[in-house]
Amino acid sequence: MEQFDLVIIGGGSAGMSAAIESYNLGIKDILILEKNNYLGGILNQCIHNGFGLQEFKEELTGPEFMSRFSKKVNELGIKYELNTNVLGISKDKVVSYSNKDGYKEVKAKAIILTTGCYERNAGAISLGGDRPSGVYTAGQAQLYLNNYGKLVGKKVFILGSGDIGLIMARRMSLEGAKVLGVAELMPYSAGLNRNIVQCLQDFNIPLYLSHTVKEVIGPKGHLEKIVLAQVDERFNFIPGTEQEFECDTLLLSVGLVPNVDLLSKLGIHFAKSRGPVVNQYMETELEGLFASGNVLHVHDLVDYVVSEAREAAQGVYLFLNNKLPNTNEKSLVKPLKGVGYVVPNYIQKIDNDDKLIFKFRVAKPYKNINLVIKEGDKVIKKIFKLAIIPSEMEIVKIDKKLFELNGEDITVEVEEK
Amino acid sequence: MLDVILIGAGVVGSLIARKLASYELDVLVIDKENDVGNVTSMANSAIVHSGYDPKPGSKKAIFNVKGNAMFPKLCEELDVHYEQNGSLTVAIYEEQLEILKELELRAKENGVPVQLLSKEEVLKMEPNLSPEVKGALLAPTAGIVNPFTLPVHAMENAVDNGVKLHLGEEVLSINKINDGFEVITNKNKYEAKVVINAAGVYSDKIHAMIEPIDYSIEARKGEYFVLDHYGEQLVNHTIFPLPSAKGKGILVAKTTSNNFIVGPSSEPDPDKEDVSTDKATLDNIRKQATLLVPNIPFNQVIRSFSGLRPTPSTHDFIIEPSKSYPSFINASGIESPGYVSSPAIAEYVVDELVSKVLKLNKKASFNPYVRKRVHLNELSLEERNKLIKENPDYGVIVCNCEKVSLGEIKDELSRSVPPHTIKAMKKRTRAGFGKCQSGFCQPLVLKEIAHKFNIPLNDVLYDKNESFIAHYNTKSED
Repeated sequence: MEQFDLVIIGGGSAGMSAAIESYNLGIKDILILEKNNYLGGILNQCIHNGFGLQEFKEELTGPEFMSRFSKKVNELGIKYELNTNVLGISKDKVVSYSNKDGYKEVKAKAIILTTGCYERNAGAISLGGDRPSGVYTAGQAQLYLNNYGKLVGKKVFILGSGDIGLIMARRMSLEGAKVLGVAELMPYSAGLNRNIVQCLQDFNIPLYLSHTVKEVIGPKGHLEKIVLAQVDERFNFIPGTEQEFECDTLLLSVGLVPNVDLLSKLGIHFAKSRGPVVNQYMETELEGLFASGNVLHVHDLVDYVVSEAREAAQGVYLFLNNKLPNTNEKSLVKPLKGVGYVVPNYIQKIDNDDKLIFKFRVAKPYKNINLVIKEGDKVIKKIFKLAIIPSEMEIVKIDKKLFELNGEDITVEVEEK
Repeated sequence: MLDVILIGAGVVGSLIARKLASYELDVLVIDKENDVGNVTSMANSAIVHSGYDPKPGSKKAIFNVKGNAMFPKLCEELDVHYEQNGSLTVAIYEEQLEILKELELRAKENGVPVQLLSKEEVLKMEPNLSPEVKGALLAPTAGIVNPFTLPVHAMENAVDNGVKLHLGEEVLSINKINDGFEVITNKNKYEAKVVINAAGVYSDKIHAMIEPIDYSIEARKGEYFVLDHYGEQLVNHTIFPLPSAKGKGILVAKTTSNNFIVGPSSEPDPDKEDVSTDKATLDNIRKQATLLVPNIPFNQVIRSFSGLRPTPSTHDFIIEPSKSYPSFINASGIESPGYVSSPAIAEYVVDELVSKVLKLNKKASFNPYVRKRVHLNELSLEERNKLIKENPDYGVIVCNCEKVSLGEIKDELSRSVPPHTIKAMKKRTRAGFGKCQSGFCQPLVLKEIAHKFNIPLNDVLYDKNESFIAHYNTKSED
């Protein structure tokens, strides 16, 4: 069986970034497996700009951003296979995959899983009403539009104020479609502020907060109209608030879910982010199997994805050089009051000088609060925030020396004044 | 003049068509839908019921028990996924134990093997059941079947053996003529010696085209949740509550693809085209189901759907010639346990009813087997490699969630009842059935369908006639 030091599953931004960093750290025996016939993953269909402000200090489109990485991968001569689908990972890190050349198994010393995420869809949210065509996830409509040159409809309503939905509101408007409105179940938007301004306000598209689609109507096979209704604090429809919108398209931007399919048979645990439980180097509970990018937790900026992937590569480097001991000495990291999830889920006691990086999201918007990170009862760090929203990921770096790492829980919470 | 016109290409119609194909007959099947098995047959629990609970002596009881025994051979010939996993009818309250004993007696009358289980025995078999369970009736002959491929493969087998199939054609009227019937559709006019009515929820309407009828077929809607295959085994058997006047109640079952379904509700629906779902009904299903299985992971729901059962006002299957004409044969009112009964109904309709009005000569060339499909997950590494070497398309995975290859997609398109729509392809191959619900693979499937039928991408349908997808070109494409 062919063997590699590192197999990276998924050649999107996380996978390519992890590959490049690993290569630079001296791990040269790498294989990237990518399902599409190009590297770059989902960024290929994100033709809008706004990528790369952190990474390159300039605004790039998705394809521009990813081509900088794919160019580098090619320059370094990192091996990759396209049109290749990974079918399984075994506990001893045998990766099986399929493409037009055959069905193969390769043995990996280390694996980084960078399979990204998928969109929650009409099925997942049990959208009420008929099952007509004309109802798509925002990303699916984006794929048809940007990669196939096809517009799925001309009179559009959008459910969910996630970033892809907002981007598509603008994109479809520019293509001549009429976007009637965006509804958001929560009393606040799920997208980045800049997208609310640039994609809705600039195009006079109304945002209906605390609203959702009660029913889609399309008995003849194609969407004809939707019934919008307001919801109460417990997300129940408020009777009498229904209003109908005639439209031929309903786009859903109602959340992204880590694509952890390949992990389901490995007996490892999953975190509140719906990604696998990991240590500070993004190593899962299966030694030598790392995960990073949107498969671990859904990021709002690709810049954070590529930087996280580099951290995972550093973990692989330590692992391959026997510097990442498989120890039971670990301190759990737990999200407490007001915090949705935290990555990593535990810190392993490793003798080096690294900083610890905590990434998390608050569960709802807050104003004038402290974010408090504790080890046991001891406050390690307190950060004042004038305003904080769930759509923006918090990244906190803390000197590892400040922690005892003696097994006491590390907690992250919101302290209201 | 045709020998037989069969109206309806659901599971009952498809199996009748296949049975007719085994004789020297000129047969035409007509269905208003653009795919076979597209209404009741594709949206139900897909349970091969044991037959313990229909009223003894009823047609439901007789055809169920007979049909159940036919499934292993049928599914082998038609290459349809079937598993005899048994069912458990569960008592949650002490007083329900008495009812279980009555059901045990009824099972004996129907000739169905069953076994009463104690609380401990049940929980050992199904650890995810409610700890409140008091006992259960095990019916080991119950099974599950792939409800999507059975009608498709049966019709494919019928067509391969000479039956003609017209989809997307609606019967508007039927007239008695001298030696048969004249059937007028929205597209054509035909004459046939025999008409068989297997038109599901519309079979009362079809029957009423030739004589006054004194019954009706009501559509009863059932809504369901579908859960992903998520790495754990929620249940192994089909789990039923105790049956009630409304039916078999809300079940929790695994499917042949190792998904799990939860449902159905059961409400009459005056609109025979309405397959919508609503939150209140689904919320109630959730509540009822958790009485049986408390920890159903509803965050693994990937879809909800509803189906229409053709419920006859007579309370039993209607499988008989019309009053006025022995050559107009009804196979209607096939509600639960219809799926399991369908092969027995088909056999009866042809061998007992058609045989009375037409001379049946066995067709020597009849082949009961469909051309075998590739089942990638059943192949060894070597077999898979050999296959990919012969046809590289089997190495290219189109649907990531369900691991469906381009080879399988193209194979379906090459068959005698090919899928013309995204949904028809989904029913045959499971492409788009997974957790992303075709978010990634739909354009790839769409391209293959467009290519096969030589139509623009813009014209490929999701399901019904107006269900366009990539319908408009962008400004730059125009």
